Amino acid sequence: MTDTMTMQPGVRPGRAEGDRSHLGRIVVAGLAVALVAAMVLSMTTGASGASVWGVVGQLFGFAPESAAQAARDHAVIVNIRLPRMILGVLIGAGLAVSGLLMQGLFRNPLADPGLVGVSAGSSLGAVTIIVLGGTALAPFTEALGIFALPLAAFGGGLATTFVLYRVATKGGQTAIATMLLAGIAIAALAGALSGVLVYIASDNQLRDLTFWGMGSLAGATWIKILAAGPIIAAALFVAAFLSKGLNALTLGEATAAHLGVPVQKFKIAAIVAVAGATGASVAVSGGIGFVGIVVPHLLRLVIGPDHRYLLPATALLGATFLLFADAISRTIVAPAELPIGIVTAAFGGPFFLWILLRRRNALSW
Amino acid sequence: MMRFSSSFAAALMAASLFTPALSAAELEKFADPSRLVSIGGSLTEIIYALGAEELLVARDQTALYPPEVMELPDVGYARQLAPEGVLSVGPTALLVLEGSGPPEALDVLEGAGVEYQTVPESYSAEGVLVKVDEVGAALGLGEKADAYRAGLEAEFAALAERTGAIETPKRILFILSNQGGQIQASGTGTAADGMIALAGAENVITEFEGYRPLSEEAITAAAPDAILMMDRGGDHAATDAELLAHPAISLTPAGQNKAIFRLEGSYLLGFGPRTAAAANELADLLYGKP
Repeated sequence: MTDTMTMQPGVRPGRAEGDRSHLGRIVVAGLAVALVAAMVLSMTTGASGASVWGVVGQLFGFAPESAAQAARDHAVIVNIRLPRMILGVLIGAGLAVSGLLMQGLFRNPLADPGLVGVSAGSSLGAVTIIVLGGTALAPFTEALGIFALPLAAFGGGLATTFVLYRVATKGGQTAIATMLLAGIAIAALAGALSGVLVYIASDNQLRDLTFWGMGSLAGATWIKILAAGPIIAAALFVAAFLSKGLNALTLGEATAAHLGVPVQKFKIAAIVAVAGATGASVAVSGGIGFVGIVVPHLLRLVIGPDHRYLLPATALLGATFLLFADAISRTIVAPAELPIGIVTAAFGGPFFLWILLRRRNALSW
Repeated sequence: MMRFSSSFAAALMAASLFTPALSAAELEKFADPSRLVSIGGSLTEIIYALGAEELLVARDQTALYPPEVMELPDVGYARQLAPEGVLSVGPTALLVLEGSGPPEALDVLEGAGVEYQTVPESYSAEGVLVKVDEVGAALGLGEKADAYRAGLEAEFAALAERTGAIETPKRILFILSNQGGQIQASGTGTAADGMIALAGAENVITEFEGYRPLSEEAITAAAPDAILMMDRGGDHAATDAELLAHPAISLTPAGQNKAIFRLEGSYLLGFGPRTAAAANELADLLYGKP
């Protein structure tokens, strides 16, 4: 499996390639089943003990529970768990696919919206709205209502992705070290600007920002799905058409252009999709790290670098991973909750180190 | 992102103690307070003081007193409530201190059939009395609350008489944290500011609201007579020795007289039933026992 990081799919179709495609289809199908299982888990577990079967029974008129209990179970399932599950699927898929798109775009397995400063840019947009939304930016927030925060986060993510791309790419070549260092610089700048806002924030806003920075799906409501869901869904929809272009791009921009990929348009579409999915996710759930880097890595190890399978598999596993992480976050210290960013980092950090150690000798980054 | 959030670490405690004062809204008796969740340490203390603790089924992270309360399940941090976690204790009523939330969590809880009411927060003797009134009204314990309030009022009156006689109020610097020599101090509008006033002293920092990092020169210029801190039990991050070695603090009267006073956090800053006692104890530390 040492060839998985060389990212040259479809160049020499042969027996190995055929096996990979076969494996890819099996993994995608398996992950679809796993996602359904995770959705069921998400709907059936929770601190309150409300059961889906109770609600189903209630709908069909054979609920054994008291009316009050049935009403409460219904509220838990419909107004707490269901929006949370939907948001978890969207954000998990969105963050994982963002990571994959960035890795394809920069032709670098280390690229991740969190590592290269895009999340910091989105955070800056969101923090700006949280701190100034009631005062200096009141006309903006009043005009856009619940959409102000996702849009600001989207704008911040878009701006940082664009700057990163311009800084790190020269003549169609993206220098890896330049990209990572530019990401650090952009993250630092966005962090500094956030810091200024933090300084003028009230103590209550500070406390909110702190928890927001650790990430959580706890605030999931139908309203938030309405605000952020379409942006993430649109980004995933765009990404679905990019897999062939991503495959071609692994051979270099010039070759990709010769293969008929409209490289410039393609890159813009990918950047906008990354900014959209990351920005909207950051806006509603705060900082959830490591999904974008760990999920594509793991899958590339298993099914190889062909984006036709990698892309759907990444979306499915991202959603599944986040639903599992969320299930842990809301049960491990019940009735209180652990911020989900802590859970994903606790799993993702060691896993990422393990990948690095395993591939230390094979890689030529 | 995690780096970004860690920069707020020092503000963590700060924000939990500060909410802007609002006027009292009259609460009504809960339809069914038999399974009550109280969010806010001071409210929980008042519920115990009114002898209504058998109603309580859960508490939040800030409820640390009386010690028995620790046996109740903890539904988490007051400003970051997870609706399902709260529902899991089967509450019929939710009494929350102003600033708890987030609002959408409270809306979801209300939608699930849990009645909630918000008690206003204010860092004054009046604020404590209002809390007692409101908790009494919400639990249908008006008479008990009136009797208890009368006792508290007497305590506050005695305290006011004592502090009114102080001719030269001590000038106090409240330090929230001392992380690597960076002092986070209390300005106006905080629980610490309210407590300093109750104890008959003056807050040296009036230039800003809330808790902010203070420059070394500002500390020296403020020249506090004494430093007040929360006692967090073996606070290795800010020992007296470290504070006294701080170059700016060592130049102040407080530093030279080693006048550093610590009281337990929820006692000092909770603005609940023990507030008059805490203010008296602080006055004892500052001016000696009467």
